[in-house]
Amino acid sequence: MNARLARLVLRRIGAALCSLLFVVVAIFALTAALPGDVADMLLGQNATPDATQALRHALHLDQPLWLRFMHWCGGMLHGNAGNSLLTGRPVSEMLAPRLYNSLLLAGATTLVAVPLALVLGLACATWRDSVFDRVMTVLTLGIVSVPAFLIATVSVFVFAVQFRVVPALSDIRSIHSVGQFFLTFAMPVATLASITMAQMIRMIRACMIDVFSAPYMEMAVIKGVPPIRIMLHHALPNAIGPVANAIALSLSSLLGGVVVIETIFNYPGLAQLMVDSVMSRDVPIIQACTLLFCMTYLFLTTLADIVALASVPKGRGA
Amino acid sequence: MSGMATGLRALRLSALTPAQRVMGLFGFWLVLAVCGPFFAPYAPGQIIDTEVFAPLSHRHWLGTDYLGRDLGSRLLYAVRYTVLICTLSTAFSCGCGVLLGIATTATPAWVEQIAGRLMDGILSIPSLLCALLVIAAFGDSLLALVLTLGVIYTPGAYRTSRALALRIARMDYITVAVARGEGALFIIWREILPNMRGPLLADVGLRFIYAVLLLSNLSFLGLGVQPPLVDLGSLVRENVLGLVYGSGAVILPTIVIGVLTVGINLVLDGTSRR
Amino acid sequence: MSRAHMISVRNLDIVGHRPDGGTVPIVRDVSLEVREGQMLALIGESGSGKTTIALSLLGHVRPGCTISGGQITVAGHDVTSMTRHELRGFRGRTISYVAQNAGTAFNPALSIAQQVIEPARVHWAMTRQQAERKMIDLFRALALPEPETIGARYPYQLSGGQLQRLMAAMALITDPEIVVFDEPTTALDVTTQIEVLAAFRTVLADRGITGVYVTHDLAIVAQIADHAVVLRHGQVRESGTVARILGNPQDEYTRELVAACRIPPRATPCAPMASAREDRVLDLSDVIVGYGNRTAEGLPERRILDHISLSVPRGSTLGIIGESGCGKSTLARTISGLQPWAAGQVVFRGQALAPAVADRTREQRRRLQIVAQNADLVLNPAWRIGATIERVLTFFHGMKGAEARAEAMRLLDMVRLPHALLERYPAELSGGQKQRVNFARALAARPDLVLCDEITAALDPVVAAAILELMAELQETLGISYIFITHDLHAVRAVCDQVAVLYAGHVVEQCDSQSLTAGAHHPYTRLLVSSVPEMRAGWLADAMALRHAEGAPAAQRRTDGGCQFFSRCDMRMPGQCDRGPVPVHTLPDGARIACYRSCADLAFPGGVAPAVPLPSYES
Ligand SMILES: Nc1ncnc2c1ncn2[C@@H]1O[C@H](COP(=O)(O)OP(=O)(O)O)[C@@H](O)[C@H]1O
Ligand code: SF4
Ligand SMILES: [Mg+2]
Repeated sequence: MNARLARLVLRRIGAALCSLLFVVVAIFALTAALPGDVADMLLGQNATPDATQALRHALHLDQPLWLRFMHWCGGMLHGNAGNSLLTGRPVSEMLAPRLYNSLLLAGATTLVAVPLALVLGLACATWRDSVFDRVMTVLTLGIVSVPAFLIATVSVFVFAVQFRVVPALSDIRSIHSVGQFFLTFAMPVATLASITMAQMIRMIRACMIDVFSAPYMEMAVIKGVPPIRIMLHHALPNAIGPVANAIALSLSSLLGGVVVIETIFNYPGLAQLMVDSVMSRDVPIIQACTLLFCMTYLFLTTLADIVALASVPKGRGA
Repeated sequence: MSGMATGLRALRLSALTPAQRVMGLFGFWLVLAVCGPFFAPYAPGQIIDTEVFAPLSHRHWLGTDYLGRDLGSRLLYAVRYTVLICTLSTAFSCGCGVLLGIATTATPAWVEQIAGRLMDGILSIPSLLCALLVIAAFGDSLLALVLTLGVIYTPGAYRTSRALALRIARMDYITVAVARGEGALFIIWREILPNMRGPLLADVGLRFIYAVLLLSNLSFLGLGVQPPLVDLGSLVRENVLGLVYGSGAVILPTIVIGVLTVGINLVLDGTSRR
Repeated sequence: MSRAHMISVRNLDIVGHRPDGGTVPIVRDVSLEVREGQMLALIGESGSGKTTIALSLLGHVRPGCTISGGQITVAGHDVTSMTRHELRGFRGRTISYVAQNAGTAFNPALSIAQQVIEPARVHWAMTRQQAERKMIDLFRALALPEPETIGARYPYQLSGGQLQRLMAAMALITDPEIVVFDEPTTALDVTTQIEVLAAFRTVLADRGITGVYVTHDLAIVAQIADHAVVLRHGQVRESGTVARILGNPQDEYTRELVAACRIPPRATPCAPMASAREDRVLDLSDVIVGYGNRTAEGLPERRILDHISLSVPRGSTLGIIGESGCGKSTLARTISGLQPWAAGQVVFRGQALAPAVADRTREQRRRLQIVAQNADLVLNPAWRIGATIERVLTFFHGMKGAEARAEAMRLLDMVRLPHALLERYPAELSGGQKQRVNFARALAARPDLVLCDEITAALDPVVAAAILELMAELQETLGISYIFITHDLHAVRAVCDQVAVLYAGHVVEQCDSQSLTAGAHHPYTRLLVSSVPEMRAGWLADAMALRHAEGAPAAQRRTDGGCQFFSRCDMRMPGQCDRGPVPVHTLPDGARIACYRSCADLAFPGGVAPAVPLPSYES
């Protein structure tokens, strides 16, 4: 770590914080733009004006917008995201178990998807234009060009309805054994992983082909360097940055996929809560969920950029 | 004789330029979206049979859905809404993105800074979440859907076209035109844009696919196109129970989405590989 | 097969595969031989198959190509029938390769030392310590700076000339029997090229290495090779000893090639230097161009061009020479108004020009045209040639339709191109044709002054020579003036009346183009002139003998006002040259030189009277 790298990393983190600020403002602005008043909505049509007024006061809705924004930000910083409009329970309390479940799902998917995608993407690039590569290309292209729900429904149909090997819905409360655990998770994780992997394999293939066609790779062959060493010593250091970026970017499709998959499998995660809240317009929950998702995403892309910077001598300032 | 031969060759798929292939495929879907419903035998909401999830028959070619409505008619309307919403939103995102992308190659640096920050901001919200958020705020009217999809994919179009325009603006023929004293509009319209056409078209195709995917996912979640209107995603959603019976009501819209997106993607992928 | 033939290639055929399944011949029936300790030159224009043949000697073909026939024997190995495993042991051990562009052939992620000793390590030739010791010896032999520590650096921290020598060290680390050099100096400036060449020659001669040297520059062939093979379109046109091929070429193409490398200096006398103000078409005085923050005087902090004063007599040609990065192209962009200046004045045909092109009149823009460097980037690929030329006619002269078409045809005649090209797109034209269209477009405006920025740099010698001829011809018939920017001194002598030498953004000298080799000159001019290879054997040794100081890479620009050339000058006077503004001498013939040394000193290179010892170089 030297001064140059530190400066670049700080600048990148600064840019991420800027984006985060944008996200926070956008989330607040959009939810504040909700048509109709939350108080009206909560109390229904036959509410007295007095009751509405009281509720508005209780919810700080009678304060100017910027003050509400400051309140909201302050609350968020203290981990206090307000109360659910529907249940009245604190948002954080509702979110915590859901967040845990979602992390479990996303984590399991990442563990499956990233190593597999790395191996398959690398194999595609190495044996470019071979039968294997062509099959993978069509397969991944097919998966990335159909909506996530389609993959999920088709696999439910095939594995749960036709063959009945796994349960169609994930009821994680009924897990009592390791075997059950795997069976319950198998479907959501497998579908989510296949969506994410397709994206990753395509990107990893593209950046590996870029690296492989660099003149220094030909030079290594001409020097008589064995293939394994070319791969590990010459290609890998140059591929780390682009591949890290590819992985981070595909995790965005993972986040989108999580929303769909949790809904389809009725998996009690954050995304399902968010979809339900959008339907019921439970603003504090929508805000908190979006913020959590965006922060994850920003964190991952920033991390990838920093890895990319540190992986090249020029970035390191070595 | 030779005239006929060239005519035939022009009809062969491989003789078409990549741009012609993409335009051709897209044109087909557009025509289907606009004209298809005129050929629908029934109104989309009309319940025509007591049998739900009926199989194919001469009365209703593609069977019926979960309420006993004619699936073929509903499918034609669904294609209309999916294709038109996505076309409009793609036109919006690519129009804004390309205009902004090219314009910022000529404007002062601070304009580019502001535009770039804004685009980065939008990009930092994963697209499905962004859509959920906007729909939570503005509801799920068709206009809101079009604008939501449009805004979400503007940054991508902006980045692509800006990179393309920057690369072309560095070319010596632009230098020569500037030194000759050509106006900014001439340079953008006659010198830069014609050279962006190919890659830009590929980008438009990609954004159209993204829009179809996002819209279908939203509708599937019940947050996109709302009844009585229908699009491909909501068609799958409402008939999802038919899956158990292997009903065409859920399989057919699924296939149509696949054909739409995979088809365009295959054409694009084939062109980018060469 | 006698061992005396280190390399023997018989009837080699290499084909490339087209996407549609067909094949195109790249190398056709090539045979050549190299004896032990000899250096063979492969000569040919770009695309003639030089690199393909060179790589095939290592048993390597680029993806998409196949060796379809013939036999390659290298140091007793039948290369075409070796297994992958055998090839791995052979490459980098028996035969090694120095690539054309070291900047991209070094892996950016690994340190220089890691890469240089890698061949020795993967072939188990020696221990790491031995390899490192050997590497440092090689660095020293190749005259690299700081041989002990340069290996710890990464490619992006080194200059092109250094990387090229480091690549040679990498090729030599295993003591191979054969080294293949693929245009190793093409991307370098002449002043760097001579050093790299000299380093190569010493090392090769010391080790008795057999070599193949790929190049398109006959002058380099004369310095470095014993035998030569001339290639065109993948076929051998002529082969023999270098002396015979250069001195008495038999094949027609070889003759053209030799002629193109010996462009005669211009026959017509040069326009006089000191012309009256009204005889000049362009006058620059104290022009400053730069970027970054403004200093107290409102001038840019980082200057690309500093106090440039130049003049172009009417109807004549001013050459601008200097190494890459010295500001040649910026000068062209400044004059044409694309890069406004911060201070100074530019007078064109008696009128002061506005710094920005937008503020100039249409008439001024019409009369001042620019012909840009890269023929591939200069014509809009979406426009037909006709449209490109007619646009200028419409823009400046209001011509339309048939009138414009007729004029466009006349212009094509002028640059000797067939009318059929009007309907073609740039992608269908060769490099030379594109450059002629480029010229026709400038002529369409009927200019008084044409700025030519490196217009021959990317062309093969034969094509470039024809373009120079065309320029001279047009000047004679149309009376236009040129500013001719180049790094090719032969071209300067062939077309220019005067020449301005640019160094680090300063004009260090402006003089008559024919007097470059005689009389008093700035030390940098002298270095430049003496670095241009000549087509006679032994030139390299002579030129190196005349050199005094090891040329340092282009140093950081000085901002203290001293002489920019100080760190590389062999006549520098520490304590004087490195402070304060440099005085400008005007010689009797009108030439101007910016140097602290007196004209008398400058007339005798290598120091004043031999009696006065040179000041120590290490200050
Ligand atoms: N991988 C390849 N596939 C097909 N054609 C190629 C390939 N590499 C080079 N060529 C063609 O072979 C010819 C000779 O190339 P090259 O050996 O690089 O020439 P040179 O080194 O003389 O410039 C060129 O016309 C080039 O277009
Ligand atoms: S001023 Fe001094 S250092 Fe500069 S060129 Fe002249 S003698 Fe050399
Ligand atoms: Mg070559």
